[in-house]
Amino acid sequence: MPIPAQALRHKYLRHNKKFPHVWCPGCGNGIVMGALLRAIYRLDIDQDDIVLASGIGCSGRMPTYLDFNTLHTTHGRALTFATGVKLARPELNVVAIMGDGDATAIGGNHFIHAARRNLNLTAIIINNSIYGMTGGQYSPTTPFGSKSTTSVYGHIEHAFSIAELAVTAGASFVSRATVYHADLLDRLIEQAIEKRGFAVVEVISNCHVQYGRRNKLGGAVDMLKRFKEQSVTVSRAAKMSPEELEGKTTIGVLVDRDLPISTEEYKKVRQKASTLKEKL
Amino acid sequence: MSEPTKQRHLLQGNEAIVEGALTAGCRFFAGYPITPASEIAEQLSIKLPAVNGTFIQMEDEIASIGAIIGASLAGVKSMTATSGPGFSLMQENLGFACVAEVPCVIVNVMRGGPSTGLPTSPAQGDVQMARWGTHGDHSIVVLAVSTVMDSFTITVKAFNIAEKYRVPVILLSDEVVAHTRECVELPDTSEIKVVDRIRPSVPPDWYKPYEGDARGVAPMAAFGDGYRHHVTGLIHDIMGFPTQKPGEVEEFHLRQTKKITRGFPDIQMTKGYFLDDAETFVIAYGAVARSALRAVQDAREAGIKVGLLQLITLFPFPRRTVAPLLGQCRSVLIPEMNLGQMSREIQRVNQGSCNVVKYNRIDGKFITPREIYGQLIKL
Repeated sequence: MPIPAQALRHKYLRHNKKFPHVWCPGCGNGIVMGALLRAIYRLDIDQDDIVLASGIGCSGRMPTYLDFNTLHTTHGRALTFATGVKLARPELNVVAIMGDGDATAIGGNHFIHAARRNLNLTAIIINNSIYGMTGGQYSPTTPFGSKSTTSVYGHIEHAFSIAELAVTAGASFVSRATVYHADLLDRLIEQAIEKRGFAVVEVISNCHVQYGRRNKLGGAVDMLKRFKEQSVTVSRAAKMSPEELEGKTTIGVLVDRDLPISTEEYKKVRQKASTLKEKL
Repeated sequence: MSEPTKQRHLLQGNEAIVEGALTAGCRFFAGYPITPASEIAEQLSIKLPAVNGTFIQMEDEIASIGAIIGASLAGVKSMTATSGPGFSLMQENLGFACVAEVPCVIVNVMRGGPSTGLPTSPAQGDVQMARWGTHGDHSIVVLAVSTVMDSFTITVKAFNIAEKYRVPVILLSDEVVAHTRECVELPDTSEIKVVDRIRPSVPPDWYKPYEGDARGVAPMAAFGDGYRHHVTGLIHDIMGFPTQKPGEVEEFHLRQTKKITRGFPDIQMTKGYFLDDAETFVIAYGAVARSALRAVQDAREAGIKVGLLQLITLFPFPRRTVAPLLGQCRSVLIPEMNLGQMSREIQRVNQGSCNVVKYNRIDGKFITPREIYGQLIKL
């Protein structure tokens, strides 16, 4: 059943925060924000029980607009703050929203260790292949050969896949969507929040202003169309050869596995420790 | 047999910090291994889960301070402990704790630096970094411990200041205090004053998370308590939302500075010994203060009118205590295990009113009572 946008706006946008937001017209961040709100609405989670943490960059501004417990941290560090919040109040739903440079360059170490540690957290990474807010410098996901303000001669480094990095690092749930596939994105975020364990949603997004423009990819609509053409679902990708998959983006749930969650394991540690308490 | 109210313990400084933290109500610790601070993490990894607290070893010191800020925002008293290299990594998020006014305690067990430096040797080289390490104009509370007993009592006070004023507090220890074992009598917990942050008393709709009271401190709601609010490292208005309005920005800075530097006696702590009739005196802090005390006692026995002022609070600099003493004395000796980081501060306050003599060691060796005595008789 479609959710009336007005209901979402009324319920979740901060009335005491001055809009408009900082994002450029056509930015994919708004689609991700909408998907996040629809997921929370469907899951019917109390606003008081949600902590939304972000880092620095365009994505980092999202919590400012939303009526939850919101935490705009330092660049790359959203997951470290989120870890502290979650361990202190395990009953809260903690969602970290990050950008590609934020989560995988300056915050790369925190990202892989958060995945390895497997706390019950949700990490949404908006991957637009560029540092947008600072003016369009190359990020860890900028494709080889692309132009950016720090690679005007063409980028000479290779991009890595955020989702595959999360799989290897041990996350319980790893998924990917694009901002074109808004319905899929809704469902993936919903699943990620519900998942017990570290859950990752990588969202391929458009920065037509800083990335698209320099690489002649057109405007926001052109970039979204390209996402549509480039994407293949996990089930279809399974039937394709590596050659056929060249240049394609796999979307859907990449990994969904049940692993021990460190907040649950820590309860056992507390039990063991309390039996030793007398000796301490 | 009745239980003695005071228990005697053989503890090292690091262990006493752990006891102090637990007594003060610390229930969250995040850290990363580093010499000479690791015992704090080790002990808390054993003791915190036994009191329903949480210990976590993070991937680095940046993450450690991030985690304690997160836990504190969720309402739990938090601490991290490190040494110089780790403290360098913490500077960015330390600024966040200042700007967002998040109570927490950061222990820096100082070792020789810069860089990897002298990991197992004592030093006091991080004093000015503690004051100015994070970027931008800010005020900060920096305390220094000199004995194992201090490590207990000052840790409790560090938490109390953090909670009462909504600030991060830096606790400086050093390799000597950290690893010296002393027999201490820990006071009964009922005798210790423990301060908790003020929670909002208004309904959530009325809550202004950054509107200071008469002291400049705002009540602090925890995430999950129904007071949904925004926390950011950007300069913000009293509602917590980013602002660039010059008036609001200036007001923000002034309130944050005033609440720390207005000179509240519970922040600006010193200890005086033989000061009443002293003609010369020593100003010392950290492990060096204990050498200085012994040297001053010996000098008194030899009939020299000398006193000792031990600085417990290094910043905000306890000017109101130090300035009058400088005015009434002939000379002051400042022994430090650095090239004169606090003596700069004392010279600034002194303005030429008495003779300031520095005594510095930067060779990784502790300053002994005999050395200080040797300097005292020359004053």
